[in-house]
Amino acid sequence: MPRILGVDIPNDRPTVVALTYLYGVGPKTARDLCHATGVNPQQRARDLNEDEVARIAAELDNNYTVEGQLRREVEQNITRLRDIGSYRGIRHRRGLPVRGQRTRTNARTRKGPKKTVAGKKGVKDLR
Amino acid sequence: MGRSLKKGPFVDPKLYGKVERLDADGVKEPIKTWARACTIVPEFVGHTFMVHNGRHHMKVLVTEDMVGHKLGEFAPTRTFRGHGGKGGKK
Repeated sequence: MPRILGVDIPNDRPTVVALTYLYGVGPKTARDLCHATGVNPQQRARDLNEDEVARIAAELDNNYTVEGQLRREVEQNITRLRDIGSYRGIRHRRGLPVRGQRTRTNARTRKGPKKTVAGKKGVKDLR
Repeated sequence: MGRSLKKGPFVDPKLYGKVERLDADGVKEPIKTWARACTIVPEFVGHTFMVHNGRHHMKVLVTEDMVGHKLGEFAPTRTFRGHGGKGGKK
């Protein structure tokens, strides 16, 4: 199994798909990477030779922000919003949707599992 | 959708003028404003604005990080005091 950028070990899928296992690499970036490094996108990742792996790693290093660095960048952006006390920062702090979605229903991704409140309309229906 | 780049950021002309006048006089006093939609431009840094939230004017001290945001983002319009809780709130 080839290793790209330290820990990540994409498996025996086509190279385009395998690359998307990296944080910050989606289908589009994966396609671009294959194109830029001259790697056959449909070739299984296990068949990549060392040179190809090195070329992909170099390309990622030079032109993309991925993995830890990208995670840090995102985290910093959120921290900045929090620190300046903007509306979006407050929403992040409270774990509520940030982009104006409704919270009367849904919003479960941000709010986590349902917390049932006794006496609220609809509770009887749940039983 | 974002605002057209052609127009540039929206800055309330009256408010901007007031900031300029204060800068010319070298004073930094709180500016009462209702212009929540006004983008914070670098010239505003260091000034204090009293941004209306529908009821009161909230004090907002503009720092460098706030540039590019709108004044209204820093004056919440809703008060949420929480749901229920132990014993229930009256």
